[in-house]
Amino acid sequence: MLRVEVHTRLGELELDVALEVRAGECLALAGPSGAGKTSVLRVASGLLHPDSGRVECDGETWLDTERGIDVPPEGRRCGYVFQEYALFPHLTAWQNVAYPLRGMRRSDRRERAQALLERFGIGGLSDARPRTLSGGERQRVAVARVLARRPGVLLLDEPLSALDARTRAGAARELESVLREVEVPALLVTHDFAEAARLGDRVGVVDAGRVVQDGTATELAATPRSAFVADFTGAVVLTGTAHSGRNGLTHVELDGGGRVTSTDRGEGSVAVSVYPWEIAIEPESEAAHGSAQNRLVAEVLSVTTVGNRVRLGLAAPQPIAAEITQASARALDLRTGTRVVATWKAAATRLVTM
Amino acid sequence: MRPAWFPVVLVVALAAALTFLTLPIVAIFVDSSPAQLVDALGERGALEALWLSLRTTAMALAIILIVGTPAAYLLATRSFRGKAVVVTLVELPLVLPPAVAGIALLAAVGPSGILGGAVEAAGIELALTTAGVVVALTFVASPFYVRQAMAAFAAVDRTLLDASRTLGASEARSFGRVMIPNAMPGLAAGTALALGRALGEFGATLMFAGSFQGITQTVPLAIYDRFSTEFDSALALSAVLVAVSAAILLSVKFVQGSEALGGAAS
Repeated sequence: MLRVEVHTRLGELELDVALEVRAGECLALAGPSGAGKTSVLRVASGLLHPDSGRVECDGETWLDTERGIDVPPEGRRCGYVFQEYALFPHLTAWQNVAYPLRGMRRSDRRERAQALLERFGIGGLSDARPRTLSGGERQRVAVARVLARRPGVLLLDEPLSALDARTRAGAARELESVLREVEVPALLVTHDFAEAARLGDRVGVVDAGRVVQDGTATELAATPRSAFVADFTGAVVLTGTAHSGRNGLTHVELDGGGRVTSTDRGEGSVAVSVYPWEIAIEPESEAAHGSAQNRLVAEVLSVTTVGNRVRLGLAAPQPIAAEITQASARALDLRTGTRVVATWKAAATRLVTM
Repeated sequence: MRPAWFPVVLVVALAAALTFLTLPIVAIFVDSSPAQLVDALGERGALEALWLSLRTTAMALAIILIVGTPAAYLLATRSFRGKAVVVTLVELPLVLPPAVAGIALLAAVGPSGILGGAVEAAGIELALTTAGVVVALTFVASPFYVRQAMAAFAAVDRTLLDASRTLGASEARSFGRVMIPNAMPGLAAGTALALGRALGEFGATLMFAGSFQGITQTVPLAIYDRFSTEFDSALALSAVLVAVSAAILLSVKFVQGSEALGGAAS
């Protein structure tokens, strides 16, 4: 269990965050840059000293400003993966991984480092210098290096943002499996809600130094408590299997049922994304009309007023969020349990191969 | 088509600079035959001067590296009130005329200087001694190193230091294992500059330590001593100093070159 409480001024920003992460759980802090996400990681790891705060991990107190406790970073057992990975350029891959290994013979250090590199499929690169490695390889070295430390907590700062789009999907899968395997609390920060939804068991949306709402990604998308959260959660993401159809269209059989069409190309396992405001709601009885190719029967899970619009949480059966005007929400007489049809155009449907 | 005059200007400027800077050095070697050189070195005073120069420079350099490296690291990595003033004070000897540096040292730690009593009480004699030469060299050469070292430390990505700390290394260990290796090219350049400056030091040494053969007469002082009476011998000593300085410059270039290619050895 990791417990972090921070209250501190950082220039213009007033950082005020309290959070708890259970062992084996990953909490993703998502928010725009400058919101103070990275500062939370720096406080947890002891690189930043807050005006007041407490950090506890597995019953050890790492920071308690009231009692005057402030364990230095080297005493905190944090596996901190930095945004650009911060590999030591003067050391080879294996020497980077062996860096936290102390008090053992050189040959043992090398063996341990080699085993960790093998685990990430880059055993052959152990003598390579960081600058000769690709972004994906650097990330694996960085993760192997923090695991060598046997950390009590994992801290990940934008772990995927330094990677190009093609490498990112693979790196995300790898990171997911690491997060599943390690039995420690993990705290991840990202500016990308989709990344947070994918890697985090829970997501905390951070704005201007505060966690404005937290919950599962689906909860946040379906029932945002503020317009900020609604906008930040962005597109609805559904998963499925794609195959090409006629006229250059792609059909996707959604996991859990349902079928959508996209003008994007894709094959195999894909993520389908559509913005909540592109989705229109019709009563279930109505016959298909208009140009919308995608029609999914759904059940209303939640109805939330966000500013002058209404956000619907739907089960279709994958979770979908839709945004409609207050007038149409009234006209449709929507309430929890109502069955509706969510429709949107194939041209508003983006595909990303996973 | 318009003539490409600008590249011509560049080439002419470089040719002028190169001629002006190398001609005097070439002249030293042209003017002194190898036989003369060997003869001049065979003279007891000359060898003594060379040995003294190397010894005092090595000692001054050791002091500069041991004290200057942590000081430069502190200045490069911490911010505090009045830091700009501290940096300026450390760099001040750079712009001080050597004669003024010598006078200043006399006024500070000379027999009648403000700390003269304390130095004497500690049983240390500086003025007109070999130790005085080391003090003079350290005073004028250290800013060259500290300045370079500061820039070198400041250029190392601070995240590397953060990473080292979170990976279990104390700040002292991180300094040795991460900062020093990554700042090495800059530190080597600073060392070379300080070395060159110390080896060629003349004014401050003369004022503070005097010019006594075998005790305080370093090569530059020996050259000056022979200049009016034995010009050939002065020329030969100059040639030796040029050779040593060139060797230092080349070895630094070599170290930096291999850094750029293969990174520092771990």
